[in-house]
Amino acid sequence: MKTVLSYYKKYIPFMLIVMAALFGQVWCELSLPNYMSDIINNGIVKGDMDHIKSVGTIMILVAILAAACAITGSLFATLTAAKTARKIRSNIFRKVTAFSAAEQDKFSTASLITRSTNDVQMVQQATTMALRMMLFAPLMGIGAVIMALRTSVSLSWTVGLALICVLGLMIFSFFAIFPRFRVMQEKLDRVNLIMKERLSGTLVVRAFMTEAKEEDRFDDANIDLTRLYIFVNKCLAFMLPTMTFIMSGVGLLIIWAGAHLIEADKLMIGDMLAYLQYAMHVIMSFMFVTMIFVMLPRAAVSLKRIGQVLDTKISITDPEDAKAASCGPAYPVEFRNVSFSYPDSEEKVLDDISFTAQPAQTTAIIGGTGSGKSTVIKLITRFFDATEGHVLVGGADVRDLKQKELRSHIGLVPQKGILFSGTIESNLRYGNEDATEEDLIRAAEIAQAMDFINEKPDGLKEEIAQGGTNVSGGQMQRLCIARALVKNPEILVFDDSFSALDFSTDKALRKALRETIGGCTFIIVAQRINTIVDADQIIVLDEGKIAGKGTHEELLATCEIYREIALSQLSEEELGRAAVSGKEVN
Amino acid sequence: MADIKEERKHPPQQGGRAARMMPGEKARDFKGTILTLFGYLRPYKWQLVLVGLMSLLSTVFAIVSPTVLGMATDIVVKGVMGTGVDYHALLMIILILLGLYLLSWLFGAVQAWVMAVVSQKIIYTLRERMSEKLDRLPLKYFDRVSYGDVQSRMVNDIETINQTLTASITQMITAIITLVGILIMMLRISLIMTLAAMVVIPASMLVIRLVVSKSQGHFKNQQKYLGKVNGHVEEMFSGHDIVKAFNREEISEEQFNEYNDKLYESAWKSQFLSGLMMPLTMVIGNLAYVMVCFLGGYLALNGKVSIGQIQAFIQYVRSFNQPVQQVANIANQLQSTAAAAERIFELLDEEEEEAAYGTDIDPTPITAHVAKDAKPLRGDESLWAAALSYVKNAVKEAVRKDSLKYDFTKDVDGDVAFEHVKFGYVPGEPIVKDFSFEAKAGQRIAIVGPTGAGKTTLVKLLLRYYELDGGRILVDGVDIKGMNRHELRSKFGMVLQETWLSSSTIRENIRYGRTDATDEEVEAAAKAAQVDHFIKTLPGGYDLEINEEATNISAGQKQLLTIARAILANAPILILDEATSSVDTRTERIIQKAMANLMENRTSFIIAHRLSTIRDADHILVLDHGDIVEQGSHEELLARDGFYAKLYNSQFAN
Repeated sequence: MKTVLSYYKKYIPFMLIVMAALFGQVWCELSLPNYMSDIINNGIVKGDMDHIKSVGTIMILVAILAAACAITGSLFATLTAAKTARKIRSNIFRKVTAFSAAEQDKFSTASLITRSTNDVQMVQQATTMALRMMLFAPLMGIGAVIMALRTSVSLSWTVGLALICVLGLMIFSFFAIFPRFRVMQEKLDRVNLIMKERLSGTLVVRAFMTEAKEEDRFDDANIDLTRLYIFVNKCLAFMLPTMTFIMSGVGLLIIWAGAHLIEADKLMIGDMLAYLQYAMHVIMSFMFVTMIFVMLPRAAVSLKRIGQVLDTKISITDPEDAKAASCGPAYPVEFRNVSFSYPDSEEKVLDDISFTAQPAQTTAIIGGTGSGKSTVIKLITRFFDATEGHVLVGGADVRDLKQKELRSHIGLVPQKGILFSGTIESNLRYGNEDATEEDLIRAAEIAQAMDFINEKPDGLKEEIAQGGTNVSGGQMQRLCIARALVKNPEILVFDDSFSALDFSTDKALRKALRETIGGCTFIIVAQRINTIVDADQIIVLDEGKIAGKGTHEELLATCEIYREIALSQLSEEELGRAAVSGKEVN
Repeated sequence: MADIKEERKHPPQQGGRAARMMPGEKARDFKGTILTLFGYLRPYKWQLVLVGLMSLLSTVFAIVSPTVLGMATDIVVKGVMGTGVDYHALLMIILILLGLYLLSWLFGAVQAWVMAVVSQKIIYTLRERMSEKLDRLPLKYFDRVSYGDVQSRMVNDIETINQTLTASITQMITAIITLVGILIMMLRISLIMTLAAMVVIPASMLVIRLVVSKSQGHFKNQQKYLGKVNGHVEEMFSGHDIVKAFNREEISEEQFNEYNDKLYESAWKSQFLSGLMMPLTMVIGNLAYVMVCFLGGYLALNGKVSIGQIQAFIQYVRSFNQPVQQVANIANQLQSTAAAAERIFELLDEEEEEAAYGTDIDPTPITAHVAKDAKPLRGDESLWAAALSYVKNAVKEAVRKDSLKYDFTKDVDGDVAFEHVKFGYVPGEPIVKDFSFEAKAGQRIAIVGPTGAGKTTLVKLLLRYYELDGGRILVDGVDIKGMNRHELRSKFGMVLQETWLSSSTIRENIRYGRTDATDEEVEAAAKAAQVDHFIKTLPGGYDLEINEEATNISAGQKQLLTIARAILANAPILILDEATSSVDTRTERIIQKAMANLMENRTSFIIAHRLSTIRDADHILVLDHGDIVEQGSHEELLARDGFYAKLYNSQFAN
């Protein structure tokens, strides 16, 4: 939270201007009733038209000055709020971009998005409000009290009484209404959630004929929400007219009490009218201050959430320039007694893993969910750092390499197809802006993506929607593969990247890859046996440990876990055929 | 044409449906929509009359009080100038005022109170009607309209209407009465002063209009760039690993900063301009105030107005701005409300699925029942809805009774036949051209084909989510068109690739298969689905709440729960989607075993991904581009050396 607040330091002069402007505005506003009182007391009552004229002119000037002050204050308040919001936003973005997987896991992606959008927006609004209202209302309130007391001390009990009533009303709403606003949001969310589920589950609901059940569930939530809405609205229905009543009532009190004072020559008639207006100012300011107390906690929560992101320490950093190593000319990937466990977790995700993936060879990694396959890949790309042991890429420990340098040699194809909004072309160029169109087409052909690209009306220029929602899962995976190929890296890493492809495409793709990527170090994580039967080296992972290492035939003969996996997918006979045909591809 | 013929055969249905489909009901314009919306207000017309009367009185009292207050001031002034304050008269006036304030308070509160109840009841009805509509929409509606769109109508549009009903309607009444009332009161005090005020107020409106129109553009930009910033953030954070792996951090940041800068520009400009409104109205208000003091002072000197009247006049001028702004706001609000209401009514007027009961059911007893039961139904007077609701209850009742014997479907063996089936999603573009095929009870039918071949189409036709364009589908020798949908669907159990679970407990989710199953039956089904042990290891066991995104259980476990659900449903025909790509090998084996348990003694249609399943199937349907291109057993199809052989061999041979 301190980090966020420090952003405001730079704008202290702005805030001082805001304060000065608000002060001027309050002063002007409060002096207006005084002038009016003067007009009545010395102009109308005494019949002095010139006095009315001169005081009237001053009043106009004061009114304009008040507006000028208000505008200046508003300008600098919005500037401060918008500037800090921009700064916070860009700092969060930079910070999150620099996050490693460990930090990313700590917050969920959805939460990070909310923090950098809604929370910042909330803080910006609160800043504007705080700068304008929070200063203005108390200033106005205190000023009005002083002016009222100066006008007449003996009338002050009227305002005091009104304030007590308002306070009572506020306390009532604080306990009766405001807590229910939160509950109301929850109930509304529930209604919407059920609605959303009904929509996404239309097929299931109809298949199981549970329309009536869903209807009841929805109706319960709907009734619940309606009841609460009615209650809250009834409270408000009572609140608002009551507020008006209190304000009008205090006017009556002032006139009644004021009449007696005037009779006794303790008060002038104009002063009584001025007093009426001061009283209204005091009550209004009081209400505003209460409103602020309702708003502030929400903004404080947002500030805190933003602070959590900004104060997060990034666990993976680059070595200093001087110490940075370089890698190459060959790019084997070697794991030397690598273990990994998540921070705050006893259990090892990877336990003493050692293997080397050689250039011009295919190294496959297979194993069940939770066996640590994907973690291996995250260690190669240094999204995580190994807890023990060393990961070496191109002969250098990844921790001694600059992250940019390391990643420039790796072409990663992620498990979940991820594309960015733009065109097919802009996505393919993602790793290599300088690629020629021939490069793109060649990569797309290897990735078996050219067929469907050609079918699109705009070919390579076809728009990709955010999240790649306008291409199918299989097409997305093929585009991701092509993207990695365009980068032309020394090391290709596929994280279960064939899962959405049908068998024939899978096969054609592997064949094309074999023929073209030649010297690359090729590491592939897979679930399907037939994707990896032809690998030079298969590493079988089981609960974080290496359960077997070798070729398909060797593992079938020696590794029980590998046999189990294989048999769950193919029959004995097919296993034999698959192995034979796999070799034929080579 | 077919529809019309069918309706003629069944006159009892005709009235309800024809009435619903009348073109006049569809509001495509502002006026029509607002009128339809007012139609929803009709049941509450007496309450609304009361509300109108109350706000009228409340406003009138509020308008009169400043004048009366001014009279009080005048008494004091007179007292100062002459013979002492007439306390008796002053007390009278103050008591009158107190009475006025109290009445204004009472009427205001009662009015808002009644309106709160009425508006929420209307919103409740709208929500409920939309919710019921969801069950009656044909699935092809969702080919046209996205879930997100429907959802937005049910969430955002309802909210818009809610706000309007709660506040705007009465505000509109009060604002207009206030404007007229204040004008009359001001004129009564002084024509010249009123004229002076009338010059100032339109001028102020003009200035405000100018500022608003200036800021509008910036506001639009602000929304636009807020959207861009949010979109970029979402995209980059979700694709975090890829951004890093491709060394795109700087480029992504540059892009972000560009959007961020534009957002900042438009944000402060729009905020500042809209922030101008208040001081500008204030200064104009103050000008009017000074002018009134000035003019009033002059007139008071000549004895044409009293000090009390000046005071009242000041109050009127100050309260004149608010209703003017309100009327402008409400005009905008009404526009957006009409747009929202139009979207809602559009959904409600959407054509519905064909009757849930078929040709072989005698409609007479239903109509008889409807006549008797029509009244207590939830305010929906149409015969059609009544009939539907009756059928719903009858089926529920039947399910409840039969389930005691646990063989709700004993009359079904599970024979399925397609006869010359023709179908297309878009009229005139047939996908399935002429498909015939027969599955005997207990057989396993594999549906295979490349990705995107339309493997789920057959399933959708079987369950009658879509209507055929030609031919017929028979289940146990009966045309499915002749069965009511519930009867038909009760014969099918489903395990789909997309494992939909509702956000309730695990127990409730399994029970989804048969809503009246006992806890023992639920647990027995879980055991058969190999998921009982796993459930018991969860915190809370069967009573664990599945959260919104179902992140507290894994994909494989979800699939097992849907299998348990299907087992509990105990239907004679099964539809299975084998795709389990996101599941690890061990879980996959468990799922396979659970599915095998499920398929025992049932006719099953399997959208197959596993070669062993395909080979073991009694019959294979091969799909490409939505149509069935081949069918037969594994050996037959291989021997034919066609599309299937190519598909199969692509796995092994060159």
